[in-house]
Amino acid sequence: MDNWEGRDAAATRRGDPWYDALASGWGEPADETAPDGTEAATADGQAAVAAAHTAVGAAQGAAVTVTPPPAGAAIAAAAGHGTVPGTAVPRPSRTGADGELRPSAAEIYLEVRRSPAFQEVRRRYRRFVGPATVLFLTWYLGYVVAATTAPGLMARPVVGAVNVAMLACLGQFLTTFVLTWAYARHARVHRDRAALELRWDTQQMTREAGVDR
Amino acid sequence: MTGDHQTLALLLFSAFVAVTLGITTWASRRRHDSADEFYTGGRLFSPMENGFAISGDYLSAASFLGISGLIALNGYDGMLYSVGFLVAWLVVLFLVAELVRNCGRFTLADVVAARMGERRVRTAVGASSVTVSVLYLVAQMVGAGSLVALLLGGTSDAARSWTVVGVGALMVVYVALGGMRATTWIQIVKAVLLLAGALALTALVLLRFHGDFGELLTTAAERSGHGRDFLAPGLGYGDDWTARTDFISLGLALVLGTAGLPHILVRFSTVPTARAARRSVVWSIGLIGGFYLMTIVLGFGAAAIVGSDAVRASNAAGNTAVPLLALELGGGAGSTGGTVLFAVVAAVAFATILAVVAGITLASSASVAHDLYASFARRRDGDAGGGRYGGTDADAGADGGGGAGRRRYGDVAVARVAAVAVGGVAIGLGLLAQDLNVAFLVGLAFAVAASANLPVLLYSLFWRRFTTRGAVWSVYGGLIPAVLLVALSPVVSGGPGALLPGVDFHVFPLQNPGLVSIPLGFLAGWLGTVTSPEPPDEAKHAETEVRALTGAGAA
Repeated sequence: MDNWEGRDAAATRRGDPWYDALASGWGEPADETAPDGTEAATADGQAAVAAAHTAVGAAQGAAVTVTPPPAGAAIAAAAGHGTVPGTAVPRPSRTGADGELRPSAAEIYLEVRRSPAFQEVRRRYRRFVGPATVLFLTWYLGYVVAATTAPGLMARPVVGAVNVAMLACLGQFLTTFVLTWAYARHARVHRDRAALELRWDTQQMTREAGVDR
Repeated sequence: MTGDHQTLALLLFSAFVAVTLGITTWASRRRHDSADEFYTGGRLFSPMENGFAISGDYLSAASFLGISGLIALNGYDGMLYSVGFLVAWLVVLFLVAELVRNCGRFTLADVVAARMGERRVRTAVGASSVTVSVLYLVAQMVGAGSLVALLLGGTSDAARSWTVVGVGALMVVYVALGGMRATTWIQIVKAVLLLAGALALTALVLLRFHGDFGELLTTAAERSGHGRDFLAPGLGYGDDWTARTDFISLGLALVLGTAGLPHILVRFSTVPTARAARRSVVWSIGLIGGFYLMTIVLGFGAAAIVGSDAVRASNAAGNTAVPLLALELGGGAGSTGGTVLFAVVAAVAFATILAVVAGITLASSASVAHDLYASFARRRDGDAGGGRYGGTDADAGADGGGGAGRRRYGDVAVARVAAVAVGGVAIGLGLLAQDLNVAFLVGLAFAVAASANLPVLLYSLFWRRFTTRGAVWSVYGGLIPAVLLVALSPVVSGGPGALLPGVDFHVFPLQNPGLVSIPLGFLAGWLGTVTSPEPPDEAKHAETEVRALTGAGAA
């Protein structure tokens, strides 16, 4: 781990919060002293991260309704040194100036990802993009392969001077335009509003936790 | 070729240069000298403006003159190119545009580094981005030299060399002084000119045939000397299986490469939100699709009105098809209308090259300064006090010294120097390569983009288990095979048309490596990930995923 990554992310700067939040060293041994009385929360922490795991594992398509754990548990989750096999050690929460315990950016994002609202947005995005991508790539590659390997089929006349190849080419243009329109409409109708709300909620959480600016 | 054409074309082109230099001056006056300003123009462009700029960045002279010329000579086979170039935008729209806008800051490496947070990754992605840009840039510069020779009849080597130097010097001025704001406006002006020119010619062609597209096709087939075969695939690449496989390889590279082109990816950072990024891609798909439909009409129009033989006689590659068509549509050689139209097409083609070159230069200087230099400088310093890499506004002041006794330079100052350096390299390579057949370079740039940049980008955005080693492996695992396979292919050695006609060490039969190197890039990323000792970072992935889909905390 580079030592330049080990700077304290809490330092407020005019830079981009994304990089501030990331400038901390993930996976470094937790060298900050955990606040007293949080040792007992380790088991809770494991449970929370494990819950996140199952949520992610099951999120392939089906909507998962994982109720987010109470904030206290999530916040205390990373306070100890509880590690789950296969994951890096989350950065411990810091103690704010007022002595109050605050979640780190990582905990916030993990929690947002667990939320049903986000799972729903992601599911809608994937449900459209997955099949559509497979569809147009197959159609395009089929077209290129047919044009190069089956010229006889492509040269078959249809109407006047127009043959199968011409129709296929114009069909490619048409499907591109139609899919573009369909995607833009799907995103506008089904995703934009929910994504915007999630954005505000997330930024609110990071601001309150002091990991922002 | 008469003196009138040249004078008029030069006048029009000079007007374009004057306007663009004016834009640059205006843009540089309103500068605050921050990295954000230089790389993104303040992220304040509207979707429509950015859509036009994306089209301007994407539609090179190869699209305007090259594809029409291919259609004029080989008929249907030229159309396959335009389909590949257009369908590629669906990959950009569905999988890349919004997510990159939300996760990225300026460059492709930012997106990957945000997920991985490792210097090695930034260096690797920066290196592959610069490789793609330089390949593309050299193709454009050599194209500029040839175009001058073709259109102005100045076949002397001196004229061509001076053109390459002039184009290079101009683009350095645009980028170094004007940054992203000037470059974007230049793209917009160019896109409007190009689309208007193409639209006017298309309308004239269709008027000539009374709006009957069938009649246009029939006439084109008659005058091509190939009859009905002209309207079906198969004329362009011949009959053997190597050539067919080669074409499939190119098709794959075209459709997957666009989403990995650095100068396209930086365009998404110039708009305020992911929604605006999406809408700009919708605009650009409309404009680019419309443009390619017009090139099809122009290509068949050139075959029908000028005749394939006349086109071939003028230029073996067909690059003069559209200028010749313009001359005919205006009333033939020697007529005022013909002269004006020809000059307009020539000037638009120059403007096109200039704008594309400026766009690529900006993107590659961003990669050099923001990805490569920042990580090397960091390595020298050991400890830097600012941000993750010298990309913060505080760092990017033009003090050039970096405060606190660090020998660091501001991001913008480095980017300006990088623009000059990239320009110098491009001019040098352009002069060296001007007698070589570099048509394959564009296909190669797309293949490298699809092999090295696309896998790492998609894995970073979508794969939960992706690790740092996987990222580094997928970049190099795509980049090295792509370049190596080209070095061992017939385009470099073993044929009369090769770069090194005297020797023969070619072992790889295909001219375009995409069919092999793209799967290798994806495979290497997977292999690096499953063999890496480090566990995948769950929290970073959550952060990337949430940010990508919601825009939380986006710059």
